Amino acid sequence: MPTAAEELADRAKFVRTETVRLTRIAGAGHYSAVFSCAELLAVLYYHQLRVDPRRPDWPERDRFVLSKGHAAIGLYPVLADLGYFDPSELDTYTRLGSPFGDHPDMKKIPGVDFSSGSLGHGLSVSVGMALAARMSTLDYRTYCMLGDGELAEGQVWEAAMSARHFGLGNLVAIVDANQLGIDGFVRDVMPAEPIEERFAAFGWQTHRVDGHDIKALLDVFAALPDSDGRVPQLIVAETVKGKGVQRMELSPDWHVGNLVGTDYDDVMAELRHEEVR
Amino acid sequence: MGQDQSEIFNGLKDARSVDGTDTRAIPAFVFGEELADLAEHDPRIVVLTADLGRSNRALDFAARHPGRFVNVGIAEKNMVTIAAGMASCGHLPFAATFGSFAALLCAEQIRTDCAYPDLPVRIVGHHSGMSMGFYGTSHHSLEDLGMMRTIADLTVVCATDANHLRALLRLSLHHPHAMYLRLGRGRDPEVYDTVPDLRVGQAQTVRDGSNLTIIATGSEVHPALRAAEILAERGVSARVVDMWTISPLDRDAVLDAANTTGAILTVEEGNLTGGLGTAVAEVLFDADARVPFRRHGVPDEHVPVGPPAGLYAHYRLDAPGIVAVAEELLTTSEGDAT
Repeated sequence: MPTAAEELADRAKFVRTETVRLTRIAGAGHYSAVFSCAELLAVLYYHQLRVDPRRPDWPERDRFVLSKGHAAIGLYPVLADLGYFDPSELDTYTRLGSPFGDHPDMKKIPGVDFSSGSLGHGLSVSVGMALAARMSTLDYRTYCMLGDGELAEGQVWEAAMSARHFGLGNLVAIVDANQLGIDGFVRDVMPAEPIEERFAAFGWQTHRVDGHDIKALLDVFAALPDSDGRVPQLIVAETVKGKGVQRMELSPDWHVGNLVGTDYDDVMAELRHEEVR
Repeated sequence: MGQDQSEIFNGLKDARSVDGTDTRAIPAFVFGEELADLAEHDPRIVVLTADLGRSNRALDFAARHPGRFVNVGIAEKNMVTIAAGMASCGHLPFAATFGSFAALLCAEQIRTDCAYPDLPVRIVGHHSGMSMGFYGTSHHSLEDLGMMRTIADLTVVCATDANHLRALLRLSLHHPHAMYLRLGRGRDPEVYDTVPDLRVGQAQTVRDGSNLTIIATGSEVHPALRAAEILAERGVSARVVDMWTISPLDRDAVLDAANTTGAILTVEEGNLTGGLGTAVAEVLFDADARVPFRRHGVPDEHVPVGPPAGLYAHYRLDAPGIVAVAEELLTTSEGDAT
């Protein structure tokens, strides 16, 4: 009998292999931005979020906003696996008229709470959702996943400032700090650190965790205060862009890429048979 | 808040309307008051603003529904996207700021967060056109119609006067798509003496005529009507169409004007590139309707500093100016015919 952590690790591996499989259909895709948040997606959807795949529009469900929308290819298999739609539909990924593009569309995909793609908007959306919960006296939480490169967008800080002013203790921002943008290391292009200090200055309570350590992730979510508090919560997940595939780890060349021929087979073998290092 | 103080916060010591009417007797902005009334019966309504609750009178709403009012501070993009998040959870948000900030600063948020997910967010761009006068280019909203009407699944409407604004707000409660509501400075002389019954996509003919149709929108409808009165004294019968519904545009009203009155003059308080006149021209061109036609508005330039009434006169957007442009159009077309 596997432990809960082992099962979640298996689901993270599933996120990675499905990403590689679907990217092959499209001919190119965002591998490495998904790989950095695979454990986060697994812990959120298979453990943390209060959702019901039979009722995607359930008003009391927790909301999840994938602000770093280019990781959508990792989200789709999770939603299919949970039963939001038939997994065979995934094979239409990026084809003409498919609901599944490179960024998530709430109007086309059950289980997607908000459409995203342009970076920097998701935290404002989430503030709106958390405010709506307060006005409707519902106790759901809103979770928002951002990338660390995304923190250069000014609107993120407008949202961060407003979240504390509105007393949104029902809001949880998660920064997938995978260290890389398209042009290189975030620390070189436009440094996001010190992320916790910056959010703390805006009045947030902050947490830092190894984003690939499932047990640590479970602990940090378990330690969140009740959602009726006034202080928004930030989790900085230290991750590695491309985690799980050696050639992709911390390599700017794999923000968007394509695996062909034996490379594809090698990577799938690497993901299936090796433990995440 | 007293009337004088409101004037100060509006920053508009010049209390004259487009065509020089003294507007101090006109009821102040009804936006907040009307929404507060509607919110008594509609729990979905929430109002957001970005530190302009005094200017747009959202504070009238806040006074009666404090738990449903959100002031985000000077952060317009955050405001529009927060509104979208709230709409996705079943609320009906009205997010209000100056038209220039709403449409130009938040164009992407309006398209990507409101229109693309097809959410019923109402973006309220007030103090449109040149109504901010000497505040200058940053506060003039001359490009908003051109920009907003190119966004799919975004309904674009203009308020004509206080009763018309009440009608738009009531209509918006049952409209399923995102809307951009273009409002003047809340001091437009009365065109409608009662709250009109409006349907999106259906313009209002506010005066009939046979020689010419003036198609106007927003704060230009009143001076267009006065221009039609002056033209009537000179023997020219001008129809005046209030094209408050910019997207979707009332194509039938345009083509009917072409068929029954011939010449068409569009009048708008905005940049001629891409706005009402362009929209009407597209309809005429697509239908191969060849009638004398002229677009009248602000040329493709940054307007000079000045009090609003001075600017309207400068650009011939007051009643005498519209008369002059209409007579030029008719004279030219007569010349063409001979």
